[in-house]
Amino acid sequence: MAEISVGVVVFPGSNCDHDTEYALASIEGIRPVMLWHNEHDLQGAKAILLPGGFSYGDYLRAGAIARFSPIMKEVIEFANRGFPVLGICNGFQVLLESGLLEGALSRNRGMKFLCRQTTIRPVNCSTIFTSLYRDDEVLSIPIAHGEGNYFAPPDVLKSLIDNGQIAFQYTDENGRANDEANPNGSLLNIAGIINRQGNVLGLMPHPERASSSLLGSDDGRRMFESLYMHLAAR
Amino acid sequence: MPYLAKIKVTLRQSILDVQGKAVEHALTNLGYDSVESARIGKYIEVTINEADREQAERVGNEICQKLLSNPVMENYSLELEKVN
Repeated sequence: MAEISVGVVVFPGSNCDHDTEYALASIEGIRPVMLWHNEHDLQGAKAILLPGGFSYGDYLRAGAIARFSPIMKEVIEFANRGFPVLGICNGFQVLLESGLLEGALSRNRGMKFLCRQTTIRPVNCSTIFTSLYRDDEVLSIPIAHGEGNYFAPPDVLKSLIDNGQIAFQYTDENGRANDEANPNGSLLNIAGIINRQGNVLGLMPHPERASSSLLGSDDGRRMFESLYMHLAAR
Repeated sequence: MPYLAKIKVTLRQSILDVQGKAVEHALTNLGYDSVESARIGKYIEVTINEADREQAERVGNEICQKLLSNPVMENYSLELEKVN
């Protein structure tokens, strides 16, 4: 069977692009394609990943300048046509700045850059990115960010809840979303959200850093496998 | 005619300003008991060359809304000064 191309956008300052490429390449049937931010051609990709890092040095606000990179015009159109777009960490920040997802991420409440393993729970397992998870399991996936404190006005939060758009929450080992399990102060312990149409997901934890047991956890792998299953069935 | 836009971007009151809090704690630790609060924002200067003040103001507001501030969590103020 022909391989399915998945694009990984490389901004100046991306630093998880090759980790993401590596994780994607380990999924049989997926061929990662690196897309330089200055291009306008998505090179036949059937899904787009925005990787973690510090695009444009996080100048002004994380993701604010990357959001206007030339390739983002095509990425936004691609998303609006219903194709899958996944933003990880800085990629999530870019998706929020671009308006593809609602809300914003501000400085972690503890003021520190956090780089450690977290436990998160997939809240909505009927999405194209989470279909291989169960909502009663707890995943071990690392975070690495200084600005991951999710904020949205009350009406947006309400619609996220009402429409099942909270994809992941920070929880304790038993799956409880309490304040101790909240690393950065995110409202409702939100670690990741999906758009209303269900094709654009952003999250702060790094599934590509948990894509092999050699890395300490392979709990992130099923996110890419879920995406592959969706693409293969299209 | 060039105008100097002096732009201040601040976090909305409802957003916890962790940098401001850290500075506030540092100041009270230094013994400045009268310090009640500190908030940190950004100050940006942009030179805009437009025919008149109205045009410059329009551009100034546009860039603040589009790029320089994030309306979800920030407010901005804009002051224009004619550059000779």
